[in-house]
Amino acid sequence: MWAPFAKRLAGSKIALLSSAGLYLESRQPAFDLDRERAEPEWGDPSWRAIPAVTEGSLGVAHLHINDADLLADPEIALPARLLSQLVSEGLVGAAAENHVAVMGYQDRRLVDWRQTTAPAIVSFLRDQQVDGLVLAPA
Amino acid sequence: MTVTMMPAVAEERRAPRIVGVEFPFGHAFGMPGDRVMQRRVLELALRLLAGAAAFGTRVDLDVEWPAPLREAYRAWQPREPSPIVTKMLEARRAATD
Repeated sequence: MWAPFAKRLAGSKIALLSSAGLYLESRQPAFDLDRERAEPEWGDPSWRAIPAVTEGSLGVAHLHINDADLLADPEIALPARLLSQLVSEGLVGAAAENHVAVMGYQDRRLVDWRQTTAPAIVSFLRDQQVDGLVLAPA
Repeated sequence: MTVTMMPAVAEERRAPRIVGVEFPFGHAFGMPGDRVMQRRVLELALRLLAGAAAFGTRVDLDVEWPAPLREAYRAWQPREPSPIVTKMLEARRAATD
């Protein structure tokens, strides 16, 4: 779907979405890798809200990519600190209070995604009055 | 606005705005610790988000991954094959036995 971006970047609120399987280690469950191991064609369709200013460290739960660099520097998938810096420099109006993380390997029919995950994420972003989203498939 | 290592696939799937990067999977914004590279990607994505004039606008980042291809491959490959890859390999073995 195409829509022109009506606002100026310096007056816009931006969110980030990564499919690298990131989650807050201190208070969120990891994506369900045990079930994927048991059912290899299934992928966890849930999602996580990642605060723009994270307290504690991010974990990675994704069986299809190497997590070493992601654990060393999650900004390579979800550059929340960099976006906040661009806000402080005035290039971007605001960052979403919470960004979004999913795990990119999904059941090819995408039923849960279409019916539950995607609508929930859209609602979550609208509730934060986000103007634009930068998606980064892992 | 999509930042992707597979811009041709994003075009096929009709993503409205695309930044293509020739980076290993899992590294959409670049090398760990390389704030200059990460900023180049994010700034390009934001400018395309706000400034693209038409559906399907694609810009490929003119940055080469600063490591040999073999190292880049190792940088994204999981430590062990994913469950679906393992299942496919087992099926292939069974078919050829």
